[in-house]
Amino acid sequence: MLTFTLRRLLVAIPTLLFISLIIFLLVDLAPGSPLSDIPLTVPPDVRQRMIEALGADQPVFVRYLLWLRQFFWVEPAYLLDGWLGTSLAEGEQRILSWQSRSPVFTVIGQRLPQTLTVIGTAYLLGVAIALPIGIYSAYRQYSMFDQFGTLFAMIGFSVPTFFSGTLFIIIFAVWLGWFPTKYDTQLSVTDWATFVEQLRQMALPVMTLGLANAAVISRYMRSSMLDNMTQDYVRTARAKGMPERTVVLKHVLRNSMIPVVTVIALGIPSIFGGAIITENLFGVNGIGAALIGAINASDLPMVQTLAFIFAVLIVAFNLIADVLYGLLDPRIRYD
Amino acid sequence: MTDISAQQTGGPQPTSKPEKPASARSAIWAQFRSHKGAVFGLAVLGFLVLAVLIGPWIWHPEKLSVAQAMKVRNQPPSLQFPLGTDQLGRDMLQRMMQAGKVSLAVGFVAMIIAITFGTLIGVLAGYFRRLDGPLMRMTDMFLALPLIPLLLVMVMLFRDDIARTMGPELGAFSLIVFAIGITSWMQAARIVRGEVLALKEREYVLAARSIGAAPHRIILRHILPNVVSPVMVAATLGVAEAIITESVLSFLGLGFPPDFPTWGRLLFDGLQYMQLYPERVIWPGLAISLTVLSVNYIGDGLRDALDPRIRGR
Amino acid sequence: MKLRTALLGAAAAFAMAPAAYAERGADGEVKLTFPQAVSIMNPYLSGGTKDIYASSMVLEPLAGLDPDGTLVPKLVTEIPTLENGGVSADLMSITWKLIPGLLWSDGTPVTADDAVFTAAYCMDPAGGCAQATKYDGVASVEAVDASTIKITFTAPKPNPYNTFVGALSPLLQKAQFAACQGAAAPTCTDQNSMPVGTGPFKVTGFTVNDTVSMEANPNYRDPAKPAFATAMIKGGGDAESSARAVMETGEFDYAWNTQIPPDSQAAMTAAGKGQFVVAFGTLVERIEMNTTDPSPDLPEGERATAKHPHPILSDIKVRTALSKAIDRSILVEVGYGAGGNPTCNVIPAPAAWASDNTGCLTQDIEGAKALLDEAGWTDTDGDGIRDKDGKKLSLLYQTTVNPIRQDFQALVKDWWSEIGVETELKAIDPGVFFGGDAGSPDTFQKFYADVEMYANNSDSPDPESYLGQYQCKNAPRPETQWQGENINRFCDPAYDAKFAELQKTTDLATRQTLAKQLNDMVTKDSMTVIPLVHRGTLSAHSNALGGVRINSWDSELWNVADWFRVK
Repeated sequence: MLTFTLRRLLVAIPTLLFISLIIFLLVDLAPGSPLSDIPLTVPPDVRQRMIEALGADQPVFVRYLLWLRQFFWVEPAYLLDGWLGTSLAEGEQRILSWQSRSPVFTVIGQRLPQTLTVIGTAYLLGVAIALPIGIYSAYRQYSMFDQFGTLFAMIGFSVPTFFSGTLFIIIFAVWLGWFPTKYDTQLSVTDWATFVEQLRQMALPVMTLGLANAAVISRYMRSSMLDNMTQDYVRTARAKGMPERTVVLKHVLRNSMIPVVTVIALGIPSIFGGAIITENLFGVNGIGAALIGAINASDLPMVQTLAFIFAVLIVAFNLIADVLYGLLDPRIRYD
Repeated sequence: MTDISAQQTGGPQPTSKPEKPASARSAIWAQFRSHKGAVFGLAVLGFLVLAVLIGPWIWHPEKLSVAQAMKVRNQPPSLQFPLGTDQLGRDMLQRMMQAGKVSLAVGFVAMIIAITFGTLIGVLAGYFRRLDGPLMRMTDMFLALPLIPLLLVMVMLFRDDIARTMGPELGAFSLIVFAIGITSWMQAARIVRGEVLALKEREYVLAARSIGAAPHRIILRHILPNVVSPVMVAATLGVAEAIITESVLSFLGLGFPPDFPTWGRLLFDGLQYMQLYPERVIWPGLAISLTVLSVNYIGDGLRDALDPRIRGR
Repeated sequence: MKLRTALLGAAAAFAMAPAAYAERGADGEVKLTFPQAVSIMNPYLSGGTKDIYASSMVLEPLAGLDPDGTLVPKLVTEIPTLENGGVSADLMSITWKLIPGLLWSDGTPVTADDAVFTAAYCMDPAGGCAQATKYDGVASVEAVDASTIKITFTAPKPNPYNTFVGALSPLLQKAQFAACQGAAAPTCTDQNSMPVGTGPFKVTGFTVNDTVSMEANPNYRDPAKPAFATAMIKGGGDAESSARAVMETGEFDYAWNTQIPPDSQAAMTAAGKGQFVVAFGTLVERIEMNTTDPSPDLPEGERATAKHPHPILSDIKVRTALSKAIDRSILVEVGYGAGGNPTCNVIPAPAAWASDNTGCLTQDIEGAKALLDEAGWTDTDGDGIRDKDGKKLSLLYQTTVNPIRQDFQALVKDWWSEIGVETELKAIDPGVFFGGDAGSPDTFQKFYADVEMYANNSDSPDPESYLGQYQCKNAPRPETQWQGENINRFCDPAYDAKFAELQKTTDLATRQTLAKQLNDMVTKDSMTVIPLVHRGTLSAHSNALGGVRINSWDSELWNVADWFRVK
């Protein structure tokens, strides 16, 4: 398993480089310009000079190499300088967003906490709701509980977040007035009152996302449990007189986890990637809102950096999922 | 539409027992019929399909001029307009039926593309160790690609050529279905691969291999039937996702021309009228939910029907 | 005893309240929300309206414009004119006098050197200044003494109030930006996000594309203002959610750009928490006619160029018929409500510059049909679509993805089908449509469609540069990498001659007459542009916020110093 992990890590380096090139070419090729937001009253010659000042008129490979250098050399050096007080990155140009002209990593640093608290909580909540629902629905297939769980899951994923989010705003913020509609990112939790305030403003986005996540994961959990419930080993375990609890939670659950682990592992990078629509709807300035804003403004350095970090996370979590497969089912061998 | 649903129900046939095909098929059907949810799902889906295919022949209100339509804007449901009218005085029932045709077709075709492709990649990667690395790295890459630029590039490169060879409407349909399919197969692929990795070490697969069965036979006979259930879940989710994604595509100018309603678009358009005229979002929302719900129950029924251990009981 | 004093204290505070807004910082916090978040606080590096409005709370020009389009002094003692000698008789220079004792928010004095530096900063070709047009025709900016700024022009300027006037060209502090000139401009992150200014507020915190936090500028020139101690602008969401946050939940005091359907406007106003205000500038939603042939059968490089005139739209009768078939009042009713008016002009305001052209306001379906008959387009095969020489009267109509525009498309399509014209609709992502990427077939400049709809405006009350767009030489074409503002490829030597005359004319009344004639030449005389709706910017403010005077000639937040809390 260790050699497998090491080998995969080594393979990941060229893979990621290749992915970064593809992303770069793709974003560059996409129509749109960093100036599409500029009013039509700005004449073409001024636009041309603005493009030149951004460096967007350089050939694509020059820009790609510059980005690679900035991402793998300048930014880490800058980080080291911050920690150790050295001056490795002295005078070096960091990756600057075209839209705001501020360093991309500063923006990410500002946004990561919101994404982790809001989207992360929603995800944890979703998983925490989904696993018991999925397990119990499968154990009592076609019971009232299962039917209700199915209905809940169907509504959860057939209703898009742009719809459920708006509905929650109208019910809980406009009619009932319980929660704010806009997330205040400047709020810092210092005492009980601000903590309550933080919980209140997290409520709506977490509900919206938690519902969607729980719906998806509970379906996979249920179907996978159902597959295993009828296997011979379950019958054997029951015949041996094992308590029902042990049979379901130990034997069946462990063997049902493979598709669920895949889904959860695929979902974790998307926490960092943010939930684009939900973040936008509630004004949570997370990574997802940054990505969609950057894409709309054709802010290539920002899109490229975010997409690349996203790629790193996907590769990492898929590796983790592969390692977990081996732990859940020791028969799976990779070497 | 009809042949799509036929494919859907006929899809997992390789699992039927080859020695007595006719009786196995009827056994499957009997088991399927005994599943109340599945029958309900089939009925609802059948109703929706009929409504969008035959409905427009039965319900075709005369075309109002703009001046007339202006007088009947935002009407609640009534005898003249069973589902009410929209902000331009257009009959919602008629629009829902037009929209349904497109949405159902997009939903099912895109889902079938994504599931077929995802399952193929997943099985190949899980079963053949040599292919695992390259295929899964490709999956990682597709997962990492930012969706919107990818779609915009696809429109820019292909839309005009496709429209020229296939006509604007069919061209738009193929492009949308292809775009959704190509960007949503990865989850299915990873899930199927994970299952296959475990399945291929099971005793019966080892046994089959040890008696020298060819890989394609092992895959078809022993592996595929056992990954049906996660694939079914993915398929159910896929239909809903495709219907919604189509509406997102319209907002990138990738979708159908703007005078072409779809359920996803009606839902999105109705959003800003949700407080004043809630029925504007209820109809499309209900239609999408019903479709997904019925597909899910059909999937449940099929899975039970295809599982010989359950069927025997 | 204690309760009693507390009550007395409260009563005293209450009695004091009406006078309280005469004191700086007495009214607590004012909260604004924008549907698009603020990216940068330096308007010279961003043309985005959101950034310009936000920065106008901090940075100020020498003079601004009030809601009537009249100049108002901001950092200067008076507006220079020919009469008071501030503008030279030959119109070659203008001299501004700074208010004595003016301070930046950091306490240092504002001098004429700051203006000299600001001009140099924006005119540096390596800096990519977005407001370069504000410094067009400027030969030099010099500091006559510490408080006198003299701007010399390269040619006589009939309108010298361009440089340092309005939110687009505020003063930057030389001390802060000295190291940021030219190629270094984009790299000065701290300066660009927290500029030192003279405005009523100063930036205390800036999160990119999210929130700007501000507090009252301790050195603001009016010691009683602003009434608010702090201010914040939260960005993001959409028009709907911004409007809701002010009008229904009351979380915010002011929301800019809340364009929502007329029905929803009425419903939200009925909630009683706030009101909508409209600023009418020169923004006109219009349909542009393509004078060139966009047929995909033509080779790339010739498609949609002057080489091939449009097979259908080259006939003015067809263009007129298309305009006659449209009922503009229905468009307003459906799309904008109080936020729009029907118009036939590309320059609908200010009144002194607007032509009295109202011929298009009444719909005339029969007249349109007659014109098409006259032009030889008749329905010979009885399919409801007119044809001529075997060619159908069928048009491709494109615009951006936007719910109101899609409603307009549907309505116009219906009207045109009533007169026998078939319309194919197309909606394009606005980022692509306005992006101007020469590689994309979907930009509005390339105009690979027969007609297209969008909105455009003049950035100043004097429409000279706006009218200049329709000169022959500004047509987008392959040689210019498809850049250019003359979207229709309209080309009329008479227009170019009259425009040259406008550029030379200094007399205001003659300029206005010329502008009206130019406006008519592209609209009613040639029907190249079909104006539809004169659009306002719809904003919302809470009933608890006083002093709001909406303005379309300058930043909407131009008088934020005068805002106060209604008690």
